Amino acid sequence: MSTLVTRPLDASLAASSEAVIAKKILVLGATSGIAEATCRIWAAEGAQMFLVARNAEKLAAVAADLKLRGASYVGTAVADLDDTDKHAELLAHAVNSLTGMDIAFLAHGILGDQARGEQEFEHAAQIIYTNFMAPVSLLTWLANYCLQRHAGVIAVLSSVAGERGRKSNYMYGASKAGLSTYLSGLRNRVDREGVTVITIKPGPVKTSMTAGMKGAEKFADVHKVAATIVKAIDKRVDTLYVPIIFLPIMFIVRHIPERIFKKLNL
Amino acid sequence: MAMPQSAVEPQPAKAAPPAFESWGRYPKYDAKIVPLNWQSDFPGVMTGLHGGALPVGLGRSYGDVCLLKDGNLLLTTGMDRLLDFDPATGVLTAEAGVSLAQILDFAVPRGFFLPVTPGTKYVTLGGAIANDIHGKNHEAAGSFGNHVPSFELVRSDGSRRLCSATQNPDWYAATIGGMGLTGVITWAQLRLRSIVSRKIDYEGIQFHGIDEFLDLKQQYQNVEYTVSWVDCASTGRNFARGVFMLGEHSKVSGELKRSPEPKLSVPFDFPGFALNHTTVSLFNSVFFHKQMKAHVKTVQDYEPFFYPLDAVLHWNRGYGKRGLVQFQYAIPWQHAKEGTIEILREIAKSGLASFLAVLKAFGEIPSLGMMSFPQAGIMLALDFPIKPDLTFPLLKRLGDMTLEFGGRLYSAKDAAMTPAQFQTFYPQWRQFAQYRDPMLNSSFWERVTGGGPTL
Repeated sequence: MSTLVTRPLDASLAASSEAVIAKKILVLGATSGIAEATCRIWAAEGAQMFLVARNAEKLAAVAADLKLRGASYVGTAVADLDDTDKHAELLAHAVNSLTGMDIAFLAHGILGDQARGEQEFEHAAQIIYTNFMAPVSLLTWLANYCLQRHAGVIAVLSSVAGERGRKSNYMYGASKAGLSTYLSGLRNRVDREGVTVITIKPGPVKTSMTAGMKGAEKFADVHKVAATIVKAIDKRVDTLYVPIIFLPIMFIVRHIPERIFKKLNL
Repeated sequence: MAMPQSAVEPQPAKAAPPAFESWGRYPKYDAKIVPLNWQSDFPGVMTGLHGGALPVGLGRSYGDVCLLKDGNLLLTTGMDRLLDFDPATGVLTAEAGVSLAQILDFAVPRGFFLPVTPGTKYVTLGGAIANDIHGKNHEAAGSFGNHVPSFELVRSDGSRRLCSATQNPDWYAATIGGMGLTGVITWAQLRLRSIVSRKIDYEGIQFHGIDEFLDLKQQYQNVEYTVSWVDCASTGRNFARGVFMLGEHSKVSGELKRSPEPKLSVPFDFPGFALNHTTVSLFNSVFFHKQMKAHVKTVQDYEPFFYPLDAVLHWNRGYGKRGLVQFQYAIPWQHAKEGTIEILREIAKSGLASFLAVLKAFGEIPSLGMMSFPQAGIMLALDFPIKPDLTFPLLKRLGDMTLEFGGRLYSAKDAAMTPAQFQTFYPQWRQFAQYRDPMLNSSFWERVTGGGPTL
């Protein structure tokens, strides 16, 4: 039933093989550390990609790199995804450029400043807006696009931080909790129509978002995380904890009684 | 080979290991890691930081040239994008944090190879320029900088300079071999060479003594890659025995796939006694006699030819927590032979000799860097385990002998040069100091110059 064929081949070899169909992938937040590492794997497979990011200079460097690493097409658009009014136009343009879309990968988001969010509602609202409201706007368009075709994979970066609120990052966590809940509802609606929704819940990963954080050297390697994500998308899993150790860890974290949890320093 | 817990050296009061170590794991200095993930990150990341900074890559230089005690290490490995490639000229443009391993993964399937490669592929493009590294083909190709047509240098004042032989040539010369002190290299061009196969036509020839080594060098001067392994532990009849190794890229078309990921790694620190005179002598004998015949010819993959030690990641842990120091000199031809014999005698006498001593002739092609290490003559490089009372006095003696024979030591491999030695090896250092970025510094630079003058 899948129209996607995974190709463990080198891109240069793959290009000559007509039996293989290049994946058409839309990446939102393409300059995020996890998105870029994931795109490098897709590029080596010869994928066609459309990349959206906010910073033109960074996007140009990522696009040039993916092209050289084997992507058979790389289109780009500079956009601030907080600008939800422009989403429909942006997504239509992306899908036109790709002449279709097999996978949408939503990877944009901000960590925000927890301490600042505790004092300034404006900042808390910003975190919720970027990490939850903007994806909801994108998902509305993308889900309906896929539904019309009864095909497509929508893979979204949420976070283990959304599983339980902790004093150190509950602004970010709440935005991701909302996103995860939205995704499970969306999956419940569209999966029976042939559209796959994948909720990706990474633990801490070594990227620019986590640079300088305490214990950052022990965080997961972004290239391993990316390889796991590519496999999960090929296998169309529903929810992915990555690294997998976060599946049992988060099971425990979810089940600690609140009367104990509220006293922990997390 | 799991070691029983009791065999491990008594642990000193537990201090967290530093976040960034050089390959020799000596000295160990705490520093803050500040990642540079984008070409535009520097100098913005410096806002609010205290102390100086130093751009670093994969930490494959051995001593303190990639360290800055209590400062900020600007980690460039996140800046690893390939930006442009012209198959007609072989010129690759890439961000400075890309590793030579990544470049090979890209280049080899397309029929290209590094113009110059060191003994490990786990160094960054920026690091290769900043240390103006050399390889087994120095006589034919010069050093790394000779193959870098241009790069961008960003200074802490925010100024950006395109550097090449014709644009900002003084900054170009100061930055090649400039130890990361002149600014941050954001991207660079590298002129790759073409190959038709992964294979290397290899020859190995045993020799006994420096005269035989020099004869072989003379006899095979048209072979592109030459390097020798030399036994520094043996004396008497076996003094300066070794294997002269030659290689050329195979001219027979062959497979051009990329290398597999490495699998082996040294997962823990060996105890301090694991390497001693007996085990090292044994290793050297095995290595020498692995090549039973006096002359071997074979075809091998480029990986074992160029990167024999990369097959075991973190092999430096074999030296234990204390780490190792390297000693590497280049002595001009005028005194190359006598200097090498005298120094090898001193090393053998010390009983501190190491696994691998590498002997090679440097060619006549001048390096482009103001502070570059290579110069025509003989180069010797070897590791010493750190035995505080013995190793450093020996290194001081060897450094002085190098000086006496008109040679110099390699900053990228050094943890022991004295300021007087450095300033005699590199009398141009004061001129170079004028190009140093006032915000950038290294523990090496502080050690050999006392901070040194800046602009």
